[in-house]
Amino acid sequence: MPIRSQIEMPKQSPEERTSNFEEVACGYDEGMAAAEASRCLTCLKPQCVPGCPVGVDIPGFIRLVKEGKPMEAARRIKQMNALPAICGRVCPQEEQCQKNCVLGLRGDPIAIGRLERFVADQERVSGVEMPEILSSTGKRVAVVGSGPAGLTVAAELVKLGHEVEVYESLHKAGGVLMYGIPQFRLPKEIVQAEIEYVRKLGVSMHLDSTVGRLATVPELLGGGFDAIFIGSGAGLPNFLEVPGENLNGVYSANEFLIRTNLMKAYKFPEYRTPIQVGKRVAVIGGGNVAMDSARCALRLGAEKVYIVYRRGLEELPARHEEVENAREEGVIFELLTNPVRFIGDSRGFLSGIECVKMKLGEPDSSGRRRPIPVEGSNFLIDIDNVVVAVGQSPNPIIQQTTGGLEVSRHGTIIVDEETMRTSIDGVYAGGDVVSGAATVISAMGAGKKAAKAIHEYITKKKG
Amino acid sequence: MSQKRCSAPFSNTQPCRIVKKRAMTPNVKMLEVEADAVSQRGKPGQFVIVRVDEKGERIPITLGGTDPKKGTITLYIAEVGSSSQQLAALQVGDNILNLSGPLGNPTEVKSYGSVLCVANGVFIGAHVFLIKALRKEGNKVVSVIGARTHDQLFMVNEAKKASNEGLVAEDGEGFGLLKGLLAERQFNHVFTIGSTSMQRFVSDLTRPTGTPTTVSLFPIMVDGTGMCGACRVTVGGNTRFACVNGPDFDGHIVDFDELVSRMRYYTPQEKIAMVLRERGVI
Repeated sequence: MPIRSQIEMPKQSPEERTSNFEEVACGYDEGMAAAEASRCLTCLKPQCVPGCPVGVDIPGFIRLVKEGKPMEAARRIKQMNALPAICGRVCPQEEQCQKNCVLGLRGDPIAIGRLERFVADQERVSGVEMPEILSSTGKRVAVVGSGPAGLTVAAELVKLGHEVEVYESLHKAGGVLMYGIPQFRLPKEIVQAEIEYVRKLGVSMHLDSTVGRLATVPELLGGGFDAIFIGSGAGLPNFLEVPGENLNGVYSANEFLIRTNLMKAYKFPEYRTPIQVGKRVAVIGGGNVAMDSARCALRLGAEKVYIVYRRGLEELPARHEEVENAREEGVIFELLTNPVRFIGDSRGFLSGIECVKMKLGEPDSSGRRRPIPVEGSNFLIDIDNVVVAVGQSPNPIIQQTTGGLEVSRHGTIIVDEETMRTSIDGVYAGGDVVSGAATVISAMGAGKKAAKAIHEYITKKKG
Repeated sequence: MSQKRCSAPFSNTQPCRIVKKRAMTPNVKMLEVEADAVSQRGKPGQFVIVRVDEKGERIPITLGGTDPKKGTITLYIAEVGSSSQQLAALQVGDNILNLSGPLGNPTEVKSYGSVLCVANGVFIGAHVFLIKALRKEGNKVVSVIGARTHDQLFMVNEAKKASNEGLVAEDGEGFGLLKGLLAERQFNHVFTIGSTSMQRFVSDLTRPTGTPTTVSLFPIMVDGTGMCGACRVTVGGNTRFACVNGPDFDGHIVDFDELVSRMRYYTPQEKIAMVLRERGVI
């Protein structure tokens, strides 16, 4: 009989970690990895693989861990996934590969993410071996955006012998992996190391280059590229549209996280981008971005950090693990609560928020129970900063500058779901700009599909 | 033989070398920087974002001019904070680590007829860039430039030469001059660029007559591509992002009180950084 429980992964204690930006989870050592891997039944018909959006050979790589061959295990993963150290850390495995693990029927499923992280970290330390690159096809592909979708497309196509150029608007490649997800969950050195791998495969990266402001998509298409992939993400922050939202002290989660993560404002004044975090911070929203923002606020010195969410605990869209981490660190959950307005002082600085209690009614179009305000339940909380984390919409620059590109009323690009092909011949899209804000791995899955279709398209194309 | 270019470059390159530097006033420096792609695509009203080094802030700067043949752009820097002081301290031959642009929407340059352009402070450079473009479209341009004191004025002759009529206001006499000018003459369009107080003043003057007035705003920004929302401005009761919806807006419906307040949010941190810079700590 296999052991029923997963091998625990060591973590920094909550007291310790709220005063630093170091990674919270410390990873398995070799012994832990071997012990966890030995629980795997190596099923002949694995239930885990269909749950992986990029189709990693999970039993195959775990078997190599069992055999004490972590380097080979890493290479096995990289056949399907160029970014294993990232996915091992931020994928919601509990809803994907681990969800249907046979072990899960009578105990814990195998800890796939922790093992993936272990082998990727081992490989990074001992030196990464490059895979075979097919000989040059002479075809050129431009990739817009260097987030998870764009990096996946780039890595897949360059391995097939195509010339790939990535255009990134920020000064660092990585997209949401760099500006969004905090250091303590996904160290930026690790993101850069995996991007370096993609670069070494032969992908050229153009930083500081905003497609739509510099070259437009039609210009790229007319300028020698055989195909274009748009993976420009969901960059435009949504607001609540309640009074007082433009008071000083109200941040969008994007701004709060860009300052903290990409610009390293937690090291101000050594790093020169400032951030202001008062004693009491309220984060509005219940997703992973909200949890990230709340936990950053604690680390930036806030004494009281609230998550204000209009539905209940069961409905929190964040990963269970992240909610637990936030709770352990002392984040206060104000559930079934919604802000009605933000209150400012005479100088235009935020001083508090007025909230109303909510109750859950009938399910709405999303299948979740609709929150309804409870009349007369309004109350005030003294607050110095608000972080609005209620989702993002697609960045509009590309859509506005690409004639003939079909876009939904939410601003997302419309594609054929199998091939990720847009309404323009030779132009493909995937990731958050198509799906709306979702996960790293779903963007990578879309990138994978698009890469396959782009390869077929440019291979058939004459000239 | 120089080859004829078939199209402007698709991307910016890093780093960007400074090829020319001039002190325009005691606290305004002009930098001419190698930035081929921006030089060929940048238009008046647009801006770039620079980052001096690995630990630097992203600093938005309005485009002050382009030279597509040389592949350079001109930036005017007011030394008002520690980051701008650091940038202005760079010398010819030094590199700027990152330069992104052009960003924001270009000013709508078309045939208006009779146009008034008003600028003050460090934005006089960008103002001359705009006047030249407006003249090319056949507009008749009256320009007013101003500064708090005489020694803070620069490009006086360039502004006069570029305009059909170039006026200069010194030592705070600008508001009186503008009041008189707008009372006496009719303009089809007014453009302002410069201090928020000046832009607000001009918008207040033209609101009663309804003369269309375009202001160029520069709220706090981080990415400059619509991602952070730091640059949100209330215009006609709606929240707009200066980077993707602007930076030009209808001055008659901008909420200037909110804008001024938001621009001051990081003043305490700015003071700390200035002191530490003076002491050589950062």
